Amino acid sequence: MVLDEIKIEGLGASRLRVEDNRFIRGKGNYVDDIVLPGMLHMEILRSPVAHARIKSIDTSKAWDIPGVRLVLTGEMLAARNLAWMPTLSYDTQAVLATDKVRFQGQEIAAVVADDPYIAKDGCDAIVVEYEPLPVIVNPDQARAPDAPVIRDDKVDQTDNVIFNWEVGDKAGTDAAFERADVVSRIEMHYPRSHPSPIETCGSIADFDRATSKLTVYMTSQAPHIVRAAVALVAELPEHMIRIVAPDIGGGFGNKVPVYPGYVVSILASILLEKPVKWIEDKSGNLISTGFARDIYLKGELALRQDGKILGVRMHTDSDHGAFFSDAQPSKFKIGLLHAAFACYDIPVAHLTAQGIYTNKAPGGVAYRCSFRITEAMYFQERMVQAAAVDLGMDQAEFRRINFVRDDDFPHRTAFGFLTDSGQYAKCLDVGLEAIGYEEFLKEKEEAKKQGRLLGLGISTMTEPLGAGNSREYDILGIKMFDSAELRVHMTGKALLRTGAKSQGQGHETTWAQIVAHELGIPAADVVIEEGDTDTAPFGMGTYASRSTPVAGAAVAMAARKIRAKARKLAAHLLEASEEDIDWELGRFYLRGAPERGVTIQECAMAAYSNMPDGLEPGLENVAYYDPPNLTWPFGCYIVTVEVDPETGVWDVLRVVAVDDCGVRINPMIVEGQIMGGLAEAYAMANMQFITFDEEGNCIGGNYTDYLLPTAWETPGFELHEVVTPCPHHPIGAKGIGECATVGGPAAYVNAVMDALRDYDVRNIDMPLLPDRVHQAITERSDISGAPPVRME
Amino acid sequence: MTSLFEEVTPTGSGDIPVTRITLTLNGVSRTVDVEPRLLLAHLIRQGFKLTGTHTGCDTTNCGACTVLVDGTPVKSCTMLAVQADGHDVTTVEGLAGPSELHPIQEGFKDEHGLQCGFCTPGMMMTAKALLDRNPDPTEDEIRWALSGNLCRCTGYQNIVKAVLWAATKIQSQADGGGEG
Amino acid sequence: MYPSRFRYESPKTVEEAIRLLSEAGGEAKILAGGQSLIPMMKLRFAAPQTLVDINGIAGLDHLDFADDGSIRIGALCRHATLEQSAELKVRQPTMAAAAKLVADPIVRNRGTLVGSLCHADPQGDWAAVMVALNGQLVAQGPSGRRTIPVTNLVRGPFQTTLAPDEIGVEAIVPAPAGVPNGGYLKLERRIGDFATVAVAVALDMEVGSVTRAGIGLAAVGSQTINATEAAATLEGGRLTKDRIVAAAEAAAAVAKPRSDHRGSADYKRHMVRTFVSRILIGVASSIEKVA
Repeated sequence: MVLDEIKIEGLGASRLRVEDNRFIRGKGNYVDDIVLPGMLHMEILRSPVAHARIKSIDTSKAWDIPGVRLVLTGEMLAARNLAWMPTLSYDTQAVLATDKVRFQGQEIAAVVADDPYIAKDGCDAIVVEYEPLPVIVNPDQARAPDAPVIRDDKVDQTDNVIFNWEVGDKAGTDAAFERADVVSRIEMHYPRSHPSPIETCGSIADFDRATSKLTVYMTSQAPHIVRAAVALVAELPEHMIRIVAPDIGGGFGNKVPVYPGYVVSILASILLEKPVKWIEDKSGNLISTGFARDIYLKGELALRQDGKILGVRMHTDSDHGAFFSDAQPSKFKIGLLHAAFACYDIPVAHLTAQGIYTNKAPGGVAYRCSFRITEAMYFQERMVQAAAVDLGMDQAEFRRINFVRDDDFPHRTAFGFLTDSGQYAKCLDVGLEAIGYEEFLKEKEEAKKQGRLLGLGISTMTEPLGAGNSREYDILGIKMFDSAELRVHMTGKALLRTGAKSQGQGHETTWAQIVAHELGIPAADVVIEEGDTDTAPFGMGTYASRSTPVAGAAVAMAARKIRAKARKLAAHLLEASEEDIDWELGRFYLRGAPERGVTIQECAMAAYSNMPDGLEPGLENVAYYDPPNLTWPFGCYIVTVEVDPETGVWDVLRVVAVDDCGVRINPMIVEGQIMGGLAEAYAMANMQFITFDEEGNCIGGNYTDYLLPTAWETPGFELHEVVTPCPHHPIGAKGIGECATVGGPAAYVNAVMDALRDYDVRNIDMPLLPDRVHQAITERSDISGAPPVRME
Repeated sequence: MTSLFEEVTPTGSGDIPVTRITLTLNGVSRTVDVEPRLLLAHLIRQGFKLTGTHTGCDTTNCGACTVLVDGTPVKSCTMLAVQADGHDVTTVEGLAGPSELHPIQEGFKDEHGLQCGFCTPGMMMTAKALLDRNPDPTEDEIRWALSGNLCRCTGYQNIVKAVLWAATKIQSQADGGGEG
Repeated sequence: MYPSRFRYESPKTVEEAIRLLSEAGGEAKILAGGQSLIPMMKLRFAAPQTLVDINGIAGLDHLDFADDGSIRIGALCRHATLEQSAELKVRQPTMAAAAKLVADPIVRNRGTLVGSLCHADPQGDWAAVMVALNGQLVAQGPSGRRTIPVTNLVRGPFQTTLAPDEIGVEAIVPAPAGVPNGGYLKLERRIGDFATVAVAVALDMEVGSVTRAGIGLAAVGSQTINATEAAATLEGGRLTKDRIVAAAEAAAAVAKPRSDHRGSADYKRHMVRTFVSRILIGVASSIEKVA
């Protein structure tokens, strides 16, 4: 009797999570929970001003405070060549400011003391003299002819432009626009946001003089990248650096970059020969670490009268803050933004992109963005809705006409991507049916008669997840493969280590399910370890929804290597040749006499106690997986809202999500990811943003200004599934973690725009705060840009 | 102090006044000397080394630090340790019984009410106080009661389901569970 | 995240607390709920030399519905007590409406109404409510007690007319001059947000006629605004559509909002008008239903 895959919790089982056992007991092991003997505490002094020369720093009073052990300034770091460090985007970033401060919140000095209270006292006692400089808070100001050069530390930098980049076919696209019956244009700003996991960033650096080994416990989604970066920056040998990412309280891309605080804590530990712990406060996290978005679009669609899209033209200006520090594939300056429109069959497209320095925190690529794909898909679906309106077409029909058809895969997009599989029209149908599309349209008309504004918004997209193939993808030259190392013990239990790093995605639960699927070992018999660079095989970490596509594939491949060796052991045990043996879940058997077989556990025991001549003992293997392509899940998100025209407040009525991410390893976990993403999408559409006043003061540097919705505001979600397996992934799975964050915001915004159709409002930039919606209604105009901070 | 030794630090810390407080922590009476400025959250985490209670913001918004003081949810980052003198403090470590989990803990696991786990202890403590006061809450009442606890991962829907699961389990235990 | 050092006292009587305040010469702050003060101290926006914790003083946590119809709220009466009081919903609907909108449910377990009044945050909810209700604060100092109308309590943002050695010990809502009605509407973008705009309307009614009205506006000026003219337009008559419109306009006219990231001044003024109107319309239609 063959094993029941669901019973052993293989693919498709909603296996309850292993990691929960410690979290629900309060026994998680987050960085701030770790205590090392003799540990000291570090606090960072941050700049209150956005752009200024540093005239002087007086730390004498800080040194006088009992309990203060060390005060570090940029000057001291410069003496050790550590005041600047390379970023993951081939730029440089200040560790502690030396000549100038370039954004509010930038790190100026650090105090190490016996406890964090005293360290904060020390920071307060440092006196810094600033000479203010003109402040630049948006790309227009940055490009003004008389704008100060923010990065005057860089020899060749004469302006505030970081890069110019383009992709696609300009001539072909221009021709398409010449031919078009209608050109639909829209401009928008995707405002600055921040991933803001509840846990902030932090590290404990522990340099042991006796062994010359540096161990750093840190909040990192990519410990191996950090090890590589530290080896470069601190010039310590790579084998003497150990990065340990323990439990992480949420990442969302915020915990990929290497932040100055980590580097300073490492130096402090080396100087003091004691462990040094640095735990960021929430303000530090919000105003200085990797933010997300802050990008402007000019978008155009060339349209035929019958609704066919003939061409796409996009230009983006991205505001990267004072340092270009994003973690993204090095060949693509604006990330994978050119994945826009991949779900539509469009012959030609052209994208130009410019990156700009401003006096703001560095970043841009973060917050479940899949490398700027949140931006791509938001722009795409807003452009699609505007086009449908311009053509006078039903928004669902307009999408359906343009979708890539089921039989057209693999499909080469106009920007050069190769999408793998999908059933887009079916997903749309499921969504429209679930929301009750026709009934809602009637309801909307009825409501209008009573002066009530209802709206329905659709957002459909496919996105590339699982960066990525070594031909095209690398970060700092390191290719973006991933890995899994599987060791089966003699009793058939197993230990699996991967190069990924879960921050809540449930890898300890799901990777075991892949092993169960491949080997028939119950998932409960497989323990998972991630995050320690001393033991984990090299991987590029977990972000951009890449782990199921890449690390998950590596897990399957490692398990298959194990199975191949187990087959030899089975043949030996069954006294047959390998060709006469077949496999069913958990068991090899004689084809000619199926009742004669051996379990995988028996094979494992044989690997230690009964090996055939010439076969190495043991049963373990490692797989490094270089994905042949990205995986392309599809999402159809439909939101209905009611807008109160008198106040501008809008309420969500229903949220329907149809996701096709191929084979689902653990449906419960997949749904958890989708709901988390839909909530984040709601947050961005409704209330969440970071903005700046003219002096560069950050509005959104704490939770009273940076608003996360609570359980009260957050709507409920109705989830549906379609399954179109990925043809090139070993278990047919596609990524899913970020899909709803990517596709969701446009659904909410399109819904509000739909409600405001009669007011000639084409666009309100997020967040759609009540006063902005109200202004759009009363003035019958678009509302652009981040909410301005005007103080009367 | 152990039987082995207690270190005396030389750095003039003798003139920083401390206050002696006695609190009941997870059912056990504890007496400590603390500086007045020490936050209750830090006494719990660094003093008593119960790290299940987390700190996640600076402005009393996130609720990751929620504990029960005399059975009532309090954000322990916004209470001084000295204010706990004479009071009962319950943290997540005090939720489970000697041999079994609290139904709320079971519910969170059963309904996938957590992902990264960082907000979870605070959520569960608030949920426990809700169910103590209102054993049969509606979904709206649950969302309202939890509106002082932020979560970034789950979108809250499964958290609500977890609390409903726990309410059902607690009711059934009360009805037929064999309690005297 | 870490307050600076201070001296801590926890007196057992009000008199002792007052003595400690006097000794500190203006450098001491009272600690009651602490849900406004401690966050400010953690950010080091406030750094008092001495904290006088009054949580150990008995007899201050009452919510009394006195025989004369007044309501007395002790200095240690928590927001949560007000939120959960069934009697308050009947006796003072405006207060009950506001009680559940202060901060968030957990903060409400510690924070106090009296503390909120003494903190004098221009965005504070209770000040607007107490202004609308013609409420009073009882302050106790070295020379005894005095009663301060809430409308005279605030000098500016976070500044009251309390002397440095005075403690707010009780808030009083005077007996209504009729059946109390009214409401509190707050535009907050999410639970726990400070108000973009908040409006308290309190009416005492006698057979459908308004005998007394009060309107308090929060977050639309450097302190709570007492919209006296708006309230006056409602007194002495029924809640007609014309009066409602007039009151709403008059209230919007005295609002002094600033444009900021929560909204433009125009929008905030519009919301004052809208909220006053909606509360009054709500009262009017509920009276109609009863009648």
